[in-house]
Formats: sequence, structure tokens, C-alpha cells
Amino acid sequence: MTRLARYVRPYLPLLAVAIVLLFIQAYSNLALPDYMSRIVDVGIQRGGVAAARPAATLGASTPTSLQIHYMVQTGGSMLLLTLVAAGSAILTGLISARIASGLARDLRAAVFGRVVSFGSAEFDKFSSASLITRTTNDIMQIQMVAVSLLTMVFYAPIIGVGGIIRAVGKSSSMWWIIGLAVSVLMVVVLTVFRIAVPKFRIMQRLIDRLNLVSRESLSGMMVIRAFNMQRHEEKRFDSANRDLADTMLFVNRVMVVMMPFMMLIMNGLTLLIIWVGAKEVAAARMQVGDMMAFMQYAIQIVFAFLMLSMMFIMLPRAAVSAARVADVLETEPAISDPPAPENFDSASDGTVEFQNVSFRYPGAEEDVLHDISFTALPGRTTAIIGATGSGKSTIVNLIPRFYDVTAGSIVVGGRDTRNVTQEELRSRIGFVPQKAVLFSGTIGSNLRYGDEATDAEAVDQAARISQASEFISASPEGMDAPISQGGVNVSGGQKQRLAIARALAKRAPIYIFDDSFSALDFKTDANLRRALKQHTGSSTVLIVTQRVSTIRNAEQIVVLDEGTIVGSGTHAELMEKCETYREIATSQLSKEELS
Amino acid sequence: MSSHQEAGGNRAVGAGRSSMRSPGMRGGPLGGHGGMRVAEKARDFKGTMRSLIRYLGAYRIAISVIMIVAVGSTVFTIVGPSILGTATTTLFNGSMAQIAGTGTVDFVAIGRILLTVLALYLAAALLTYVQGWIMAGISVKITYRFRRDISEKINRMPLRYFDDTNHGEVLSRITNDVDTVSRTLGQSLTQIVTSVVSVLGVLIMMFTISWMMTLVALVIVPLSVVAVDLIVKRSQKFFKQQQDYIGHLNGHVEEIYGGHLVMKAFNGERKSIAKLNGLNSTLYDAGWKSQFLSGLMMPIMFFIGNLGYVAVSILGGLLAVRRVITVGDIQAFIQYVRSFTQPLTQLANISNVLQQTAAAAERVFEFLNETEEVPEAAQPTAITGSAGRVEFDHVRFGYIPEKTVIGDFSAVAEPGHKIAIVGPTGAGKTTMVKLLMRYYDVTAGAILVDGTDIRQFSRGDLRKTFGMVLQDTWLFNGTIMENIRYGRPSATDEEVIDAAKTAHADHFIRTLPHGYEMVINEEANNISQGQMQLLTIARAILADPRILILDEATSSVDTRTEVLIQRAMDNLMNNRTSFVIAHRLSTVRNADLILVMRDGDIVEQGTHAELLERAGFYAEIYNSQFDYASAA
Repeated sequence: MTRLARYVRPYLPLLAVAIVLLFIQAYSNLALPDYMSRIVDVGIQRGGVAAARPAATLGASTPTSLQIHYMVQTGGSMLLLTLVAAGSAILTGLISARIASGLARDLRAAVFGRVVSFGSAEFDKFSSASLITRTTNDIMQIQMVAVSLLTMVFYAPIIGVGGIIRAVGKSSSMWWIIGLAVSVLMVVVLTVFRIAVPKFRIMQRLIDRLNLVSRESLSGMMVIRAFNMQRHEEKRFDSANRDLADTMLFVNRVMVVMMPFMMLIMNGLTLLIIWVGAKEVAAARMQVGDMMAFMQYAIQIVFAFLMLSMMFIMLPRAAVSAARVADVLETEPAISDPPAPENFDSASDGTVEFQNVSFRYPGAEEDVLHDISFTALPGRTTAIIGATGSGKSTIVNLIPRFYDVTAGSIVVGGRDTRNVTQEELRSRIGFVPQKAVLFSGTIGSNLRYGDEATDAEAVDQAARISQASEFISASPEGMDAPISQGGVNVSGGQKQRLAIARALAKRAPIYIFDDSFSALDFKTDANLRRALKQHTGSSTVLIVTQRVSTIRNAEQIVVLDEGTIVGSGTHAELMEKCETYREIATSQLSKEELS
Repeated sequence: MSSHQEAGGNRAVGAGRSSMRSPGMRGGPLGGHGGMRVAEKARDFKGTMRSLIRYLGAYRIAISVIMIVAVGSTVFTIVGPSILGTATTTLFNGSMAQIAGTGTVDFVAIGRILLTVLALYLAAALLTYVQGWIMAGISVKITYRFRRDISEKINRMPLRYFDDTNHGEVLSRITNDVDTVSRTLGQSLTQIVTSVVSVLGVLIMMFTISWMMTLVALVIVPLSVVAVDLIVKRSQKFFKQQQDYIGHLNGHVEEIYGGHLVMKAFNGERKSIAKLNGLNSTLYDAGWKSQFLSGLMMPIMFFIGNLGYVAVSILGGLLAVRRVITVGDIQAFIQYVRSFTQPLTQLANISNVLQQTAAAAERVFEFLNETEEVPEAAQPTAITGSAGRVEFDHVRFGYIPEKTVIGDFSAVAEPGHKIAIVGPTGAGKTTMVKLLMRYYDVTAGAILVDGTDIRQFSRGDLRKTFGMVLQDTWLFNGTIMENIRYGRPSATDEEVIDAAKTAHADHFIRTLPHGYEMVINEEANNISQGQMQLLTIARAILADPRILILDEATSSVDTRTEVLIQRAMDNLMNNRTSFVIAHRLSTVRNADLILVMRDGDIVEQGTHAELLERAGFYAEIYNSQFDYASAA
């Protein structure tokens, strides 16, 4: 928790105010039973005692005006105290709500800002699923605990200690009863949680299991029915379901012990106080009103302990969340802009040059790329081909600096990529990733993602080249057709075409297509490629692919095998001299097509 | 437990009876504090409740026992303070007498009273536990049963249903909705009883002490209920807003983190941060407001409660001096006033809780009552040693009845023939698969296997005749051995391994850690796409079907694996009638029949040569391959 201290600091003044208010609230709440005891002891008893004396006047059963005055006055003070208590409780509530929400807001902004600055290396390290949880759920956890921290953890000791002082003030000989009640309570709470908490964890696992089995039986519906395995799936589900139900039953039955037990302890406490208190009263060491006040103090103290024990169960979970958030905030991205960045100038073109580049993924044992050197020239298409795992995608991911090279350098437009800002570098690249990703919004907003100011003509042209205009104009909303989160409302092929259009709309000097044509059928692919050729004109085009037919006419083909370049040249040249290329090509094309 | 303790008063009566939420069933991250949530309404409250009561019928005895026990425990708890009050009075009178010198405290009487009360409290606690015990059993059973019913229902649903219902929705019914039903049901069932009994019981007890004080209490206490209601209404808006914005914000975070590569490639950092800040500040406002408003509830209730407390103290004091009531009565009365508020608020809230129950139950029942697959033929024809002749006889089909995609299609696949299905992306090539496997039924016409309409067979028998290898491979979280054996559960280990060998999968399986015993993880991403495909082929080989349905696409597979897959598929197709969604030219050219699809319909059919000669759509596609090669 201390690792996030920086984010708590702005709220310290408010926090101090809240704590003062908590003291006021506690004081008022603790003073109330005292006033009540005075009504009983002074107001009623004096009159009562007088009435009990046979020597007293006959009209003794009528309260004296003094008594009435005293009671009303005391009552007035009590109301005032109540008002103070309620007022400070409301203010504390306001402050704690603002602190907790504010803290959560600040943390969210900080974490999000940090994650956005992360490169692929950090994403690999944390995994994006985990980063999402850290930004959302973990911060929620912290927010919830922050609220209860203020209203419970700080309040409980104040009321506990205050209550003990007051209770001892009423009767120093009965405090052991409180001690007894608190210890019994602690034993019960701890025992219940000792038994239940490990089961909670098991239960979470079983819930995950149930979810997994249901998810599988939904996603595999066709296969399950194809093999007539419905009964089998039902049995699988049933065993997960039964395990969960059994554990749930056990945990629930343990947890339902808590309520009656706590009631019993509270009630037993009252009874014991009356019994012991009665003796004290009889021995004239205590007054009845004091005993009643003592009873109320005792209950408040026990509750304070109960709250504290609950918090000790909650806090560790929040501490885990806080640590997970702090981990993100303390991670410095491996890639950062140079302190004195160079700029591209008018002489910078789209040339991409790899100079003896080697690369190793963080934490890996071996390099994935070994001594890669080649130059991709403007106005030409450079294709990179090779088997899965040969490092094709890695090569193109190095150009926009998603990762930094381990050795060697990459020069774009005459500048080492590490000497310019990431923003300037990336503004020169139209990148189409392997997995087409669209953002929620409209088709238009996605195509303009690179630059909101892109004019309509450029957007339309990009759509035309990527063969997307047809389906865009097919819907009445056209460019304003909504794209839902994750782009689930468009098909895979459409998504890919839009991703290509998005890159083209940038009109960049460099285009990178990372295996971007796989979801397209041959015909669309061919049309797209023909249009592309005309559009990219003087730009440098880099294409990663597995299909030989896609790149047969590229000016330069780089063949990769296990991270090294095993050949480069045109299709014809490579067919001649490169064994790996020939192998790939023959597996895909028939003889007549190869010739 | 609230942090703001009532200043005085014993909390014994009905203390915190708001049942403990069953563990592991937390609501949304910020969903549940202050007992306030965004109220959801069922469309048909009465109907849903009736179905729910019918569903609960099996537990009617247990539920009656719970009711009786709940009444008992509540009555015992309510009687307690009143009897306890007499102990205080005895003490008070005794001590006064002592001071006055006219007597002593009657400890025997006090002891007897205390023991009686202790017995009452013990009984109440025991009964509460019994009630909780039985209720836990019932709610777990309901949860179990609902989930089992849903899971079985899934298998009886037509695939059509899942075309426009996403899996997340069904999953959320299995987990969240079932959870909500069983949790809220347990809560409201006991609360209705205990609250009503408490309110009535407390009222009676209060009247027996003093009608005057009761009237004062009755004026003050409902105030808190009104106040709570007001606050709940006001804060609903913010809770709703908060819930919405949590959704928006999480959506944005997921989207940006998931697509961070694209975001970075297009310099979208600033834009995404600006959007987050916007969402974040709205969430902040809604967050603290809803939190604050729900936090208001306790102090206000507490204040109003104290009003009653003070009023009762003064009035009680005056009455006690007049000897109308005793000191013990004041004490008891204070306790009653305190315990009056809670059941009242609970009763006020119970309709909300029941609405929640109904809304969740409605979704569950809705699913359970969905139309199921067309029932099997009454006397299904048995399939005996099928030859594998498939005939399409004037088939017409549409996913939705109003929109026919396949107009009028007739064709024959002779035993052992290879039928290639070709067409551009999105032309509906998998429709044929779905019809053959009877995931969907034809609208008109018929599909015949060996001369018998497939609707005459039982689905199980029919599907046993077919083997299916789809591009969208499906493996489950289990070992490789189990995954292959899925094709024929009775197969021995040797048979599984033989099938893997035929599918060219044996070699790579042996290179994996633990070999055949390696567990495919939950995302099925610990083996490659190509390897997954080989496993599904092995599965089909093991099943040894007469007719095959294959999807050839191997776009994300490297060339070496692709060669293996090709060979494995060839092994599989040997001597079997096969329908292939073709991506390879060689497959297409060698096919005995090519079905050309476009926009869902079959536009051409014939052999490669015939179709080229026709110079139609097929010829156009085929020729574009060369185009395509020359375009790069």
C-alpha cells in the first residue's frame, strides 16, 4: 500500500479533516448513553427513591418540575449530540466518497497513461488481460477499501478506545465482561474464516471450471453434435456443477453460523452485564443508569472489534490489488524517446535499411533474428517470406519500434530509428497488423484513426483501393455505419480490408503489411493488390506473407529460415538458387503456375 | 455491519438479520453497497413468479419448515427484551428499596429471569441456524438444478438460436442470473416472514408497555423509511450512471490494451488518453455522488432513530416517575423502537429484491422455454452400412424464413466422390455443411443419404455417418489423448495413436512435453493452429465416418505443416464420399463435382472442365488466380 503513497498525498488534508470529524462523531455517540443514564439515575431514581420513602409527601408520584426540567434539558442535549453525530457522519461520508473516487480516478489515469506508453515488451511481460484487470478491477478494489478504510478502520479504534475509557469510568470492575465477549467473538470469527476462506478459493476455482466447461460446450456445439457427445458434455458439466454445489453448500452452512452466534454473544453479553451489574448495584458500587450505559458501551466496543476483524479479512485482498497496480506504475517502458531527438528532413524518403540486426525477445534464451541486413527501397515492394516461427513478423515489428533491436540498427529515411521520436517515426509508417483490430466508433472514424483531419477524398480512395467501398456503400449509413467494440459486427475479411484502408489513408512513405491478406479470397486479394500497386507509387512497401502467389512479382523477396536470411532476390532468381524458397513455392503452386 | 452504531439500545432484536450474502457471489465491483443497486424490472413479474413457485414446488416441505422456524426464532427474539426489562425493574425497585431501607434486591428472581431469557435467546439462535442451514441447502439445490437444466437445454437448442444470441449472454445466464435468483430468493423468502412477524410482534409488545410511547414511536419511525426511500430514489440515477460508465471505461481500456499495437502504430496515445479522461471524470462524479448518497442513509436513519430514542427516554422517564411504567419497560421499549426500523426498511425494500429475482429468473426461464430442435422422427430409420450416396433434391433454404439463400438446388454425390465447394469469402460455403449435418433443416425439398430423407434418421445416427473437420478447430481443456478419443469414446489407446499416425500428428505429439498426456490449455494456445488441425483430423479418422466434410483453409499454417495436413486429409478422403470447402486448386480440379457458391446460393455446378467451358462465375474466379499472381 505504501507504494501508492504518492497518489494518496493530495488527499491528506481532506483525510485529516475526516479524522477530526470521526473523533467528533465518536465522542457524540459515546456521550449519549451517559445522558440516558443520567435521566435514569437522576431524573427517575431520585424521584423514585423519594417516592419509596414512606416519610415523603403523598404527592411524590407526580414528578417535580425540577425533574421534568432536568429530563427535558438532558433530552435536548442528547438531540443536539445526535445532530452533531449525524452531521459529522454525513460530512465524513462526503469526504470519504470524494477521496475514494478521486483516488480511483487518479490511479486509473496514471495506470492508463503508463500502459499506453508501454511497448510490446511490457505487454508481453504483463499480458494485456492482466493489464486490463489491473486498470479496472484492481483499482475498483482499492476504491472500495478506501471507503471502508475511512468509515471503519479509522472509526473502529476511536470508538473502541473511547468506549473502553467510558465503560471503565462507569465501572472498573466489569470490564472483564467486555474482554470475555471480545475474545469469544474473535475466536468464532477467526474459526469460521479459518474454515471458510480456503474454501472460498476452491470455490472460485470451481466457478472458473464451470464457466470453462459451459464456454466449451457453447463454442464446440457443432463438433459436439457431430460426434453425438451431448451426453458426455452434460456429464462433464454435471460433475463441475456438482463439485461447485457441494463446496457452496459447505461454505454457506459454515457462514450461516456467524449470524446466530453473533446475536447470541451480544445477547449473552447483556445478560451477563445485568447479572454482574445487579450485584454491583446491590452493593451500592454502581447505579442502575450506569449499568445501562455500560451495557451500551460494551456493545459498541464489541462491534468495533467485529468491524476491525472484518477489515483484516478485506485488507489483504486490497493489498494484493494495490501491489498489482504499483507494479504497473513502477515499470519503466524499455523504449523511450531520445533526450535530444533528430528530425526527418525533406531529404528523408521511405528507405528502410536493416544493418546487421539481431533480436532477442526479453527473457528468451536465444535470438530470433540473426544478423539481418537488407534494404527496402521506395517505389518497390519488398516481400518477406518464411515458415511460421522464422521471424518474419518480428522483422516488421522492429521498424515502428514496437521492440528495440538487440544488436545492429535500423535506419529509416536516413535516421537511426532510435534517434527520432516514436511519434515522428510512426507517422511515416502505414502499418497493417496481422490481426485486424478496429476500434468502436464508425467506419469513418476508424479510417481516420491516423489523422482526424484526413479529407473525405483520401478516405474514399483508401476504401476503394482496399476493396472496401462496395460493402461500405451497401449499408445506408455508409462511412457512418457503426463499428461495435472489437469490430464484432463486421466479418473477418471486411475487418482486414478496413485495416488496410486505415493504413492507406495515412498516405505514408512506408507501408507494412504483416500477413494482411490471409482473410481475403483470391479475387478480392488480386483486385486489391492491383489497385495497391498504383496507389503506393513512390512509397516503400513491405509485405510479410506465407503465400508465394501473393508476392511473386515483388521486386525483392527476402527468404527467412529460423531467423536468418537464406536468400533474397526476385521470384525467378530465388527459384534458381534458393532451396528453401523452392520448397515453399512448390508446395503451393502447381508446375504450370510456377513456370 | 454499519459503521455508525446506534448509540444506545441493544441490537439483539433482529440484529443485522439482513442475511449474509452467500460467499463467492459478489455482485459487480461497485454494485452492492448500501443495499442499493440499479433496479431491474422483469417484463412479466407475475408470470415469472408463478413459474418460479412451480420450480420451487419440490422444496415445499423444506420451505414450510423454514417459515415455521423463522416465525419461532423471531417470536423468541422479540419476547426477550420485555422479559429482560422485568429483571431491570426488579433490580431498580430492589435497589431503591435498599436505599430507602425497606428491602433488598431479589437476586433469585433476577437470576430466574436471566436464565429464562438466556434460554429464549439460545432457542432463537438455534432456530436461526436451523433456518439458515435448510435455506443454504435449498438455494444450493436450486442453483444446481437451474444450471443442469440450462446445460441440457443448450444441447437441445437449434443452432439457429445461437446465430443471434452470443455465447456471453448464455454464459451469464448460467452464472450470474442463476446466482442472483438463488441468492435473492433465499434472502427474500426468510425476510418476508421475519419482517412481518417482527413488525407485528414488536408493535404488540410496544402497545403492551405503553400506548402513548408507541404512538410517539409510530410517528417517528416511519420517517426513516420515508427518508431511505427518498435517498434510494435519488441515488438510483447516479448508480445507473456509475454502472454505465464503468462499462464504457472498461470497454475503452479493453479495446486500447487489446489493440495497443494499432494504437501505437497510428500515434493514438493522446487520443486514447483524452477519451479515458473524459470517461474517468464522469465516472468520478457519478461514483462519489452515488457513494455519498448511499452513505447518507445510515446517519439519517440513525438520527431519526435517535429522535425516537430521546423522545422515548423523556416520555418514558416521565411515565416511570408517575409509576405508569417501570424502568425495565423503558429499557425494553428502547430496544423495540430500535428493532422496529430494520424490518420496516426490509419490507420496503423487499419488492425491489423480488423484482431483481424476477428479472434474473425471467432470463433463465426464457432460455429454458426457447423452442427446441424439431423433434426426431417418430420411428427413425436405422442406418445400416451406408454406402455414402448423397442426393440433394430441390433443396431450398434460408436462415430466416423470409430470406431464402438457396433457391432450388439438386445434385447427386455418388459413393466415394469428392465434391468441392468453392466461392468467395462470405458466399455461405458452410451452409452446405450445416444442412448436411442437420444443424439446420431445409425449408423445402430434401437431402437424401442412400435414398432416405435425412429427417427420417435420428440426428445421432445421421451425424455418426458424417465426419467433420472445420477450419475453426475446436479442442477442449483436456489431454491430447482425450481430445482425439472424442471421435470415438470407446477407442483404445492404440487405436488413438494409430489415428494420430494416419493424420501425421503422431510425430509432433511425441515432441510435446508429456506427449499424448499433454493438457491442451484453456485458450488452446499451447499448440499451434496447424497442430490443432492435425488433431481434429485424427479425431475424424478415429470416428471412421462414411461421408466427410472438410474445410481446407490453412491460411495460418506454415508450409511444412500444410503439406502434412494435405497428406492427412488425402488419407482421410480415401474411399469416402467427401464434401470439401476447397482452397487448393489441385483439390478443385480433381473434384468429381464442383459447387460454386455466391451470396449464399449455389450458382453453378459441374466438373472443372465443364465449368471453365461455361465461362461463368467459376471461370472468373479461377482465372483471377493468374491475375492475382501477376498483380503483385
